[in-house]
Amino acid sequence: MMEFLAMGGHGPFVWGSYGAALLVLVGEMIWLRRRRIALRRQLARLARLQESPPP
Amino acid sequence: MAQPRVQWFKFSSPPNFYDLSGRLIPWFGGLAAILCVAGLYVGFVVAPPDYQQGDSYRIMFIHVPAAWMSMFLYVLMAVYAAIGLIWRVKTAEVMAKAIAPTGALFAFLCLWTGALWGKPTWGTYWVWDARLTSQLILLFLYLGYMALHGAIEDRQRAANASAVLALAGVVNVPIIYFSVVWWNTLHQGASITVTSAPTMETVMFVALMLMTFACWMYAIAVVLWRARLELLERERRAKWVLERMGGKA
Amino acid sequence: MSALLRALMALLRRDLLLAMRRRQDALVVLGFFVVVVSLFPLGVGPDPQLLRSMAPGVLWVSALLATMLSLERLFADDFRDGSLEQLLLTPQPLPLLVLMKILAHWLVTGLPLVLISPLLGMQLNLDGTEIAVLMMALLLGTPILSLVGAIGAGLTLGLRGGGVLISLLILPLYVPALIMGAGAVDAVMYGSSPDAHLSLLAALLIFTLLLAPWAIAAALRIMLD
Repeated sequence: MMEFLAMGGHGPFVWGSYGAALLVLVGEMIWLRRRRIALRRQLARLARLQESPPP
Repeated sequence: MAQPRVQWFKFSSPPNFYDLSGRLIPWFGGLAAILCVAGLYVGFVVAPPDYQQGDSYRIMFIHVPAAWMSMFLYVLMAVYAAIGLIWRVKTAEVMAKAIAPTGALFAFLCLWTGALWGKPTWGTYWVWDARLTSQLILLFLYLGYMALHGAIEDRQRAANASAVLALAGVVNVPIIYFSVVWWNTLHQGASITVTSAPTMETVMFVALMLMTFACWMYAIAVVLWRARLELLERERRAKWVLERMGGKA
Repeated sequence: MSALLRALMALLRRDLLLAMRRRQDALVVLGFFVVVVSLFPLGVGPDPQLLRSMAPGVLWVSALLATMLSLERLFADDFRDGSLEQLLLTPQPLPLLVLMKILAHWLVTGLPLVLISPLLGMQLNLDGTEIAVLMMALLLGTPILSLVGAIGAGLTLGLRGGGVLISLLILPLYVPALIMGAGAVDAVMYGSSPDAHLSLLAALLIFTLLLAPWAIAAALRIMLD
């Protein structure tokens, strides 16, 4: 396993690139998920306001 | 019997687009994961180390797909922008805006992995190689598009203005690429001679294709996801949004 | 046809007259160009050989930045006092009117850059032929900078911080002109002929001349609808 990680001496470069790729792609998904939750909450509140407008 | 007319615009109406993309995203996401795992397996376990570059060439399996995706997504963004600008199709405008961040991320990823690949093979992190330089300029084009889109408050005007910029950009991308390639060959003496990708054994090619399609599926899933959010934000007052959003926290 | 021509000439005369009254704007751009070029030796060192090899790039990038500086005001004043809207309402084709405005802008800011470049070329010890090619390249290049820059000016009309935004939008589009313009002078410095670069630059100028006015007209219509 260790030898696999070493990547023939180029380990840091290979895992540096794939680590960045993972970070970027997963980060994008997390960002979208957070945005979705915030938007849902906002729109749900808007919907409730429309259904029963405050006195 | 009258031939049923193909309703081209059936899926471009916001609610239909919203529901349809909602159903498609999990499929594209799942496919992307499967293809990625397969691509990585073939790329890292099955493919042998390259006689010249040893194992550092495996960065190619993420670097090259990222480069293709960033260029392909820019052209796709310009096409959607043109459709939105000319025929006022709202979902096309939303799609164009949704593509930009993913395209920019792929361009950045391409530069990052290119630099990390450059260090072991060419000895320096940044080489003014024609392709890397064009990728850098493509990243600036993406940033310009997003900056303009964000700078204009009125959504409709923002979409139209950035559509013009995207079209001006896509017309210039080939010119920029060829002038950079031309510039690179002129100053070839100065920079390090760039070795092209290692001779492609079939197994490497398979891994590259798997990863490319994985990135493609991923991009579709993420872009559709962001497009749905943009659509919700844009149509927040529409009835169909309230139906789907009503009450659910 | 003569009515259209008269209208175009009237617009050109008006813009030049306005520019002459506010000569200060044009001088600021020229001053910027001279100052930026003169700063480089201070930063890089006085070694003549080094300056010579950097001269084309320094001169072109400075010309590019100087044009960038003047772009924001291309439509801003007319936009503020409403005359831009009048321009949109005229029966004459908007792309041609826009072309006239850009011609006026080029005459006021682009051309002076070309005329003063020999002075700065000498400062970075370029010799006679190189300066001639530099002027030729700038003569062909600065209209491209004005045309492409006007697209950015149109797109950022009325936005806060429009000036900075223009540079982010437009600088990537300046790359071909920069490469060919600086390349022309570079080629002549190393003894090969600059014809290839200059002809490509001319081709780029014609290409931009044909397409840019439409993009600018579209941008203005969008930002002023």
